[in-house]
Amino acid sequence: MSDTGYLPKEKIKDFLKELAKDAVVYAPCLEGDIVLFRPFSEERTLCLDRPANTPPKSVIYPQSETLFAFQYKKAPEDHQKMSVELKADIGVPNMVIFGARPCDAKGFRIYDRVFIETNTPDPYYRKRRENTLIVTLSCAAPSPGCFCVAVGGGPAHKEGSDVMMTELEGGYVIEPVTEKGRAILGKHVIEDGKPYLKDAQHVQAKAHDEVRNPFAPDELPKISQSLFNFDGFWEQVVGKCVSCGACTYLCPTCYCFNITDEQGIGSGERVRSWDACMFFHFTLEASGHNPRPTKFQRFKNRVGHKFIYYPEKYEGVIACCGCGRCIRYCPVNVDISEIVNYLKDTHQELHWASSRKEGTQPTVGSTKDE
Amino acid sequence: MNNAEQIKETIARIFPDVETVICYQQGFDGLHATPYFISIPEQVNKLIWNPLCAQNLTSYLPSIKKKVGIVVKGCDSRTIIQYLQEGLIDRAKVVIIGVPCTGVISVKKVLREIGHQPVVDVVFDDNGNIVVKTQKGEKRLAIADVCPDKCTTCQYPTPLVYDHLIGEPIASNKPKEDVYKDIREFDAKTLEEKRAYWEKEFERCIRCYACRNACPMCICQDSCIAETREPHWISQRLSLQEKFMFHMIHAAHLAGRCVECGECERVCPMDIPVAKLKKKINAEMKELFNYETGVNPDDKPPMYTFNVDEAKIKEHKL
Repeated sequence: MSDTGYLPKEKIKDFLKELAKDAVVYAPCLEGDIVLFRPFSEERTLCLDRPANTPPKSVIYPQSETLFAFQYKKAPEDHQKMSVELKADIGVPNMVIFGARPCDAKGFRIYDRVFIETNTPDPYYRKRRENTLIVTLSCAAPSPGCFCVAVGGGPAHKEGSDVMMTELEGGYVIEPVTEKGRAILGKHVIEDGKPYLKDAQHVQAKAHDEVRNPFAPDELPKISQSLFNFDGFWEQVVGKCVSCGACTYLCPTCYCFNITDEQGIGSGERVRSWDACMFFHFTLEASGHNPRPTKFQRFKNRVGHKFIYYPEKYEGVIACCGCGRCIRYCPVNVDISEIVNYLKDTHQELHWASSRKEGTQPTVGSTKDE
Repeated sequence: MNNAEQIKETIARIFPDVETVICYQQGFDGLHATPYFISIPEQVNKLIWNPLCAQNLTSYLPSIKKKVGIVVKGCDSRTIIQYLQEGLIDRAKVVIIGVPCTGVISVKKVLREIGHQPVVDVVFDDNGNIVVKTQKGEKRLAIADVCPDKCTTCQYPTPLVYDHLIGEPIASNKPKEDVYKDIREFDAKTLEEKRAYWEKEFERCIRCYACRNACPMCICQDSCIAETREPHWISQRLSLQEKFMFHMIHAAHLAGRCVECGECERVCPMDIPVAKLKKKINAEMKELFNYETGVNPDDKPPMYTFNVDEAKIKEHKL
């Protein structure tokens, strides 16, 4: 068996059907004018010509999931006595994410370090991750706002993927990345891709050159701590932010979550759901104290988490994959690459200080924080 | 002198009087404008003014403590009037630079036309077109064809309240009876059809609350029932039921308050037509109370007052 496969374009549906025999296949599908990862079926319209509006992160890390169900029971002999019964079920089918982009796949590697490669792995995430095959489509051209090459990725970066596909005119060249991915080459619609490999590499290299690098000429952006810790800077660059969660919920690397007991009478569920550091309730403590009461502090956390805290903890890896979604879909065009670029400069405090005036920036969308 | 130059000149003039001015500058690409807060007059040279300046900047007003200048279009000015009706801003602390508007651009509609390609360059010609250049070629689009829906029935192209007006006032040429035409058409659907429509739309909601946070009239903010644990009306589950509940409460809280600026819909990353719900309620407000939001600072929103007898509500005769 050759190391490289080839999927002719006209056989793509057959291929997905073959994958769907023993797995739920999530593929980017057109819905109205947007592209979302959906369980693929004949009625859906596959859309591979641009990255999906949302990354496929919810397939492996759902926006909300039940950790366990609980039920209180009164002892029949003594009604003052209560016992609680817990039920957990991590039943996960085999899944395939088809048509993720390299940035999306790299996002899962950010989560792996947190949820799997730790002393206390997360069984829910791990089970889904292990049961999922990630078939990635390399990008032939950049999308608005994206900058993967500047944060250690690239339009054909293989980290996190099991298989890398590269589009040529008549079909897709298929390169297995992991052992799990190699099995793809055995599917019967897959032809020998060796003759096309050079063309695929050419497409990948061309795309790599086209992606912008806002941090050039640096290899990876290094942030100036003094400016990072200067409040006046944040007040000015984040003044326009409306503090919604679009950037975090559309981000392939954001993983903060909340845990709530959603309770009825005598029973309920413990639910884990995505949280967003843009929201006021993020890290709001039970005492009522909020360590990040303003949107400036919360936004600082988002940048800090991706470009300082995570790299410090995980061998310099930047927890931003440069997909550009937070820039493209931000209601007010906050541009994280621009902000990080400002932060690279160590001598800008004076500039930001001189143009700062107290009380002239909006705190949040409307009347809060006061 | 074009409008951008006149706006710059006006800003320079009002500066000693205000601490900051809210206007627009170029966003991350040629198709996006972004809010711009000027706190020293020299910054004015980055200001832009074109039909891409669609965002309603007035949302920022209630949270700024100092005296502020702001650039508003006709539709945006309705928010200011609504704020004044509800006592959310101090008129003496706002200097309004009004700009008559012939229609803005919906970036979403342009992106659909250009196949979501990255934009290389954007220019406006003298015939009301936007010309968008991408790697795949050039597309000339009539602004009227890619404007947000609100522009197609705009009644107030000239700001209803201002301290400085840029250029000449423009009168609306759109029939008033068409404002709620889309709502009447939608109303013709059966209950089942409407339910199916909204279920399909809300299913996409990711609860990012962009619609809420961009809404100038959403004032509960940190105490929004979508997130509070006390009262715990909505759970953190991602079910359709929870999404429905949030959007219905959002809409109900805007009854007789929504100024139809369309920000909720403009910012939705999931393309959900959320403004339609609010517009429907406004249509009812017009019908029941003959009240139109954001047109007269001396009005009181109907939900802010109580009359034992309402002319059009025959509750005692039920």
